Amino acid sequence: MLTIKNLHVKLEDEDKQILRGIDLTVPAGEVHAVMGPNGSGKSTLSYVLAGRGGYEVTEGEAHLGDVDLLDIEPEERAAAGLFLAFQYPVEIPGVGNMTFLRTAVNAQRKARGEEELSAGEFLKVIRAKAKDLKIDAEMLKRPVNVGFSGGEKKRNEILQMAMLEPKMCILDETDSGLDVDAMKLVSEGVNALRDPNRGFLVITHYQRLLDHIKPDVVHIMAGGRIIKSGGPELAIEVEVNGYADILEGTS
Amino acid sequence: MVVDARKITTDERLAALTLPSGGGWLGAARKNALGRLQAVGLPTRRDEYWRYTNPAPFNRATPAQGAGGPGEDPFAGMDAYVITIDGDALDLPDGAPDGVEINTLSQAAEADIHWARDLYATLEAAGSRPVSRPFAMLNSAFATGGLAIRVTGPVARPIHIRTIGGTDPILHHLIKVDADASVTVLESGSAGARSNIVTEVDVADTAAFHHIRMQGPDATQQIDTHLFARLGRRATFKSFTLSANVQLTRNEAILEIVGDDASAHVGGAAFGRGDFHHDDTVFVTHGALNGESRQVFKKVLRDGATGVFQGKILVREGAQKTDGYQISQALLLDDDAQFLAKPELEIYADDVACSHGSTTGAIDETALFYLRSRGVPKRVATDLLVLSFMAEAVEEIADEDLRAHIGAVLADWLSRH
Repeated sequence: MLTIKNLHVKLEDEDKQILRGIDLTVPAGEVHAVMGPNGSGKSTLSYVLAGRGGYEVTEGEAHLGDVDLLDIEPEERAAAGLFLAFQYPVEIPGVGNMTFLRTAVNAQRKARGEEELSAGEFLKVIRAKAKDLKIDAEMLKRPVNVGFSGGEKKRNEILQMAMLEPKMCILDETDSGLDVDAMKLVSEGVNALRDPNRGFLVITHYQRLLDHIKPDVVHIMAGGRIIKSGGPELAIEVEVNGYADILEGTS
Repeated sequence: MVVDARKITTDERLAALTLPSGGGWLGAARKNALGRLQAVGLPTRRDEYWRYTNPAPFNRATPAQGAGGPGEDPFAGMDAYVITIDGDALDLPDGAPDGVEINTLSQAAEADIHWARDLYATLEAAGSRPVSRPFAMLNSAFATGGLAIRVTGPVARPIHIRTIGGTDPILHHLIKVDADASVTVLESGSAGARSNIVTEVDVADTAAFHHIRMQGPDATQQIDTHLFARLGRRATFKSFTLSANVQLTRNEAILEIVGDDASAHVGGAAFGRGDFHHDDTVFVTHGALNGESRQVFKKVLRDGATGVFQGKILVREGAQKTDGYQISQALLLDDDAQFLAKPELEIYADDVACSHGSTTGAIDETALFYLRSRGVPKRVATDLLVLSFMAEAVEEIADEDLRAHIGAVLADWLSRH
């Protein structure tokens, strides 16, 4: 599903190398977790895949299926089936959440040559999905993320994911700023979307999110590289011993 | 010999105009206005309030270009009483709503309607001190048409003044809202290549006046408007203007609060590209206790477009507990566009709260990326962020249905221009 080969990335305006040769493959139906200390390049990886400006790919490639991600605009990546749940979802005053979501869903459908959803059809679908995430009608009407609590913002990200039905979901520190109940709710939302045809890349500092969203593979990232990969037990090792042992073991 | 450019310009402009015939109070008011205009002359760029906007296109004896088409009706489908002014032709259709008496300006003069006599050029003359407003004076002298609207009770349906046709119309409207009466006036249309419209509004004690004006979307027009208002005790005045792609616009609002506990709001949202110049010049005077005023203006500019905001709040001695607010913001979508803002506060009372702010910024790249990452194409994402930016100004429209309608027109215009 997602194939990253020897990806090197630096900041566009500075001579600062952030990713130094990432190799990563996430097959359809699998959940891969990326863990690592601050500054290891985890968020950069998610931004570069989604197409955020400010970065320069100096070497390597990234494909979603047959699609060369690095060659196309962010909206084209989304239409190709990539979704990034933001660590800090952006507030957009004056634009209703529902309007935003309908614009996004229909833009993607249009880009894929599918028929756009009518207002009625859209409403029916979103109501059902919002209910599962305990998002009420009021939250759908409010401007995008404005006045939302941390938990509401993350639930709103998952709602967008559920509506857009991507092939590949990247979750960037979705657990940050969540209390235990909110984390459970968000995780249930994610788990409901697990599917043999869908891949997940879950970026997190902490193992606790992985108690709820059980990964198939765990990668440890440091210094812009993946330094170790293993099963779910690797996350537990990090939880118990921290990153120091792993970093030492590989250096 | 010293050549006085101002006098030459004024003489040339006046030579191309004819004082409309007809005596009575209107004739006297016209002569008075002409005298005042001749005393001050037409503006030049050296004048304090014309520094950012070149008055030359308004000074020309004839407009630089031909008239455009009538344009689309942004209030189409709305249940309103529509009065169409087509050049000099003005017909008052049957079916005016209850609570309102409408005459044409010439009818009001012929029938010697006293309230119209008392209002005509009165607020204009008062509003020309301390800053002279020569194009308003010119309007009072040479207005070729207009409406005299007396509101005597709550008017259920909005009154829509739709101005189309003509080449260089000069229109002067009078609106008097009696105590406890209320009305919503809508304005639209692209009249002529150049238009000069003055509206004088007298809002009596406890009366309410709501005004929504749509300018554009027409790239060839030059528009000069003045909106004068006087507010009595507990009176409400709310005016909002949406402008799109009009080549040159100067919208002046001169509001004076004379009764206690009155509320005056004026706002606007404007967007344009290229050869687009949009100027909001506002003067709010607080002359009574516990007055509240708001000025909220947003402009979105690209491809070399220019935005101007000159806003003043004057709080007279004794106008205690005044609450004045003013914000002007521009969103520049590229490096060529510019926004010039001159906020002013002049306060002679010691127990007041007045604030003003002005910002100029670019599009929020993080927000743009967020929208695009959801599959929204860049152009549409930019439009959504423009709508987001303008939302605070559109929120100024009190009526929920009208607010939604204007929001939809704005989104539609944005997607097409």
